[in-house]
Amino acid sequence: MQLSLASQNGQAAREPGLETSPLAIRGLTVSYGEKPAVFSVDMTVVPGQMTAIIGPNGAGKSTLLKAALGIVPPVSGRVQVFGRPLDHQRGRIAYVPQRASVDWDFPTRVIDVVMMGLYRELGLLGRIRGTHRQIASDCLDRVGMSEFADRQIGQLSGGQQQRVFLARALAQGADLYLLDEPFAGVDAATEKAIIGVLKALRAEGKTVVVVHHDLATVRDYFDNVFLINTRKVAEGSVAEAFTPDTLQSAYGGRLATAQIDQIARPA
Amino acid sequence: MGSEFVTLSLTPLLIGIFAAVACALPGNFLLLRKQALIGDAISHVALPGIVVAFLLTGAISTWPMMLGAAGAAVVAVVMIEAIRRLGRIEPGAAMGVVFTTLFAAGVLLLEQSDTSSVHLDVEHALYGNLESLIWLDGTGWGSLLDPQALAYLPVELPRMAATLVVVAGFIALFWRPLKIATFDESFARTIGMRTDLLGLALVITAAIAAVAAFDAVGSIIVIAMFICPPAAARMMTNRLELQIAWSVAFATLSAIIGYVLAGYGPLWIGMGDAVSAAGMIATISGVILAIAAMFGPCRGRAGAPSGV
Amino acid sequence: MLIDALFLQMGYNATLVAIGAALLGAASGITGTFLFLRKRALVSDAVSHATLPGVCVAFLVLVALGGDGRNLAALLTGSAVSAGLGLLCMNWLTRNTRLAEDAAIGAVLSVFFGFGVVLLTVIQTLGVGRQAGLEGFLLGSTAGMLYTDALVIAGGGAAVLFLVLLTRRPMTMVAFDPEYAAARGLPVSKIDMLMMGLVMAVTVVGLKVVGLILIVALLIIPPVAARFWTERADQVVILAGVLGALAAYLGAAISASAPNLPTGPIIVLMSFALFALSLLVAPNRGVLAAVLRHQRFQRRLHMRQGLLALAQDQTIYEPLTLRLLSRAGLVRADGVATRSGQARAAKALRDERRWDILRRDQAQEAAAALYDGLREIETVLTPDQIAAIDREIGTPKEAF
Repeated sequence: MQLSLASQNGQAAREPGLETSPLAIRGLTVSYGEKPAVFSVDMTVVPGQMTAIIGPNGAGKSTLLKAALGIVPPVSGRVQVFGRPLDHQRGRIAYVPQRASVDWDFPTRVIDVVMMGLYRELGLLGRIRGTHRQIASDCLDRVGMSEFADRQIGQLSGGQQQRVFLARALAQGADLYLLDEPFAGVDAATEKAIIGVLKALRAEGKTVVVVHHDLATVRDYFDNVFLINTRKVAEGSVAEAFTPDTLQSAYGGRLATAQIDQIARPA
Repeated sequence: MGSEFVTLSLTPLLIGIFAAVACALPGNFLLLRKQALIGDAISHVALPGIVVAFLLTGAISTWPMMLGAAGAAVVAVVMIEAIRRLGRIEPGAAMGVVFTTLFAAGVLLLEQSDTSSVHLDVEHALYGNLESLIWLDGTGWGSLLDPQALAYLPVELPRMAATLVVVAGFIALFWRPLKIATFDESFARTIGMRTDLLGLALVITAAIAAVAAFDAVGSIIVIAMFICPPAAARMMTNRLELQIAWSVAFATLSAIIGYVLAGYGPLWIGMGDAVSAAGMIATISGVILAIAAMFGPCRGRAGAPSGV
Repeated sequence: MLIDALFLQMGYNATLVAIGAALLGAASGITGTFLFLRKRALVSDAVSHATLPGVCVAFLVLVALGGDGRNLAALLTGSAVSAGLGLLCMNWLTRNTRLAEDAAIGAVLSVFFGFGVVLLTVIQTLGVGRQAGLEGFLLGSTAGMLYTDALVIAGGGAAVLFLVLLTRRPMTMVAFDPEYAAARGLPVSKIDMLMMGLVMAVTVVGLKVVGLILIVALLIIPPVAARFWTERADQVVILAGVLGALAAYLGAAISASAPNLPTGPIIVLMSFALFALSLLVAPNRGVLAAVLRHQRFQRRLHMRQGLLALAQDQTIYEPLTLRLLSRAGLVRADGVATRSGQARAAKALRDERRWDILRRDQAQEAAAALYDGLREIETVLTPDQIAAIDREIGTPKEAF
């Protein structure tokens, strides 16, 4: 188990990982009001693998992701994406927000939402060509939603909405995918479809980071875990870092010992 | 419908239509961003802006006044944001604090300054004076080709047309970012969009439309057109592109029917004089909204099943 | 002049106006608080604009019946009816269509007001001068307040206050947490209606004093100002009443002290002054307090992060952290820890270890939840408990 308590408050290019990692976070502190939600966190995402960010409710999982993406401002700390500052690398990141974060009554169709993923390519006035339409419909196909292309987004089920968001991220053609609770409140078919797509991305060499809440599936789905409870508790491969000991540290009294043993023992 | 129409009704009607459409266009986005009442706030704070411009320049001239009104709108938006953030107050209440205060300041300034001798009063600001924007040199359809007559078009007409072009241009140019940032702001931020600047630009565009329309047709149309046509359009379709088209149609329809009813309606029921065109246009837009709300094909919330 | 006015020495009429305005201010501040806590402050905007057609219709009816149309009670009844109609439309739109409340508010206020303007022009055509009394409803006019007007205001204000006194508990509960109130079996929609009814009453009563546009200010600004001073709903209600009364009283007095100072706008500007004061200097929620607190917070945070970095021999690059550490005498100019710096750093690291043990302890879940990186462990545990944890850690060296 690694225990990194504080971090380097600044750049250190020599440090292993910072130059090559798809997402390297150093000394990140984020605070809503006077209580830090994330305190002095370091994270180094392993390229080409799938990483789960796990921790109890209110542990700062989503906040960590949002601060990494510049959606919420940090109090201190820095973020590098593929060795460069975030703003230079926007095109290489795709973000899938929590489903509840948008108004699904918005007047738009499924295919229009997927097309939003092509914005960086199209720009303000770039003409939408057949190739763009092809990309969008391919992405919808990959998440199994082709038949819904012309539906209004409010008419979809929760799982279908989540898949549309994933399709939009696919359309971005990124190298790093960040997903915030994609499996929350979705049906079994959707969960299966999403994890299938994510594993396919990994097979293409892409990096995937997922805020995840279901401890039971961590072993099946992910290569690495990042345990957080306000500060980092553990980081590493599932075998090293997803243990009864680290879970106890992250969850404390919130998980019974029996549960922890059951979850964390390799099958 | 000949020469008399061209002289008396053509220009007010066109000005009414341009003003209605110029307000309805940004109104669509304000509505979807749950900022519908920004239009209300802007039109209230235009009053102090105009009064201050008058006090500074000492004359009733269009450009300083429009600048004053636009400046007041920006001041109001900044104040609302500041109060909302600094005081951690919900946006509706912050808006209420700001626009009532600025409006009160405007009324006070108006009373303090001796403007009674000139044409600047609260009622004009509220109702505008659409009916008076006639084209005396327009003696018939032929005048539309007569450069001499065209030179004497009421100045509000080209100004309103230009405003409409600016507003429509902004919406067309920033169509994609507006749509993306309105639907999913955090996604927009992750792809590097400056959503804060975009939001400010939208409000300023709305303010430009409001101020230009305010001068010609009064604030009451402005508030109604920001909200009613887009709201009615919302009941008609589930696609943003079509919603915009519907809102333009509804705004145009309100302006035409409202203007005609205000001018000729009283005569039809045997009353002597015309009634306020601005008020009537607002009323008609409300009637259209009521009809759309009762019968529109997409009036209900899209049944988004929550959870599974 | 101003001193005279403040102490009611300006004669009968000015005194009447000041007292009437203060009552109205109290009533609107108190009523507005429930609206504000319910996050529906701008509903008052719709209500007030929706009064206009009612006033005009009442006027037309009075004229048709042969009167001169200046009966205040009748005009106010008319305004109440149309405001009520406006509220019904608003509720219907939000319940039965996809429109959000802000859009419904805007639609109702603009359409009702527009229709009112149409009726105003109808009234104008009936004969010049006959609509004289109606302009006051737009912007208010207290200069010509009659004894009967003051009576209406005093009576209306007192009635509103009495009703609020009776129903304050359920209204507070609904304003604060409607779902909980519903779960407790309160008739939320009826209480909402009562709330709106009270707002309507205040609006109608206030129309004559400050006019329909500025009454909104009296319903919104005092509650927002009061909110800065306290976290308790009942105190917000009372304070909003006091601030509203104060603003109205001061406004009326100032306006009586000089010509060309219309009462309505002055009252609104007074409330804004009280609001601005609250925004700036209120303890806890005020801007000054928040800025100071945030700076202190940031210093504590950087200190802590700096100490932990020192303890683990990591280089500190962030300038603010370095500056804070050296100012406290914990590092030298070259970034190396001083003796006291080393001690503090070791303590910080040890505290993190203690927290780590604490957070693993299932029996200490409540205490563990207080961890945020800054909280001193001594504030959570007794010395004995800390000593017990230290035994578990062992000596600091063994921890690595």
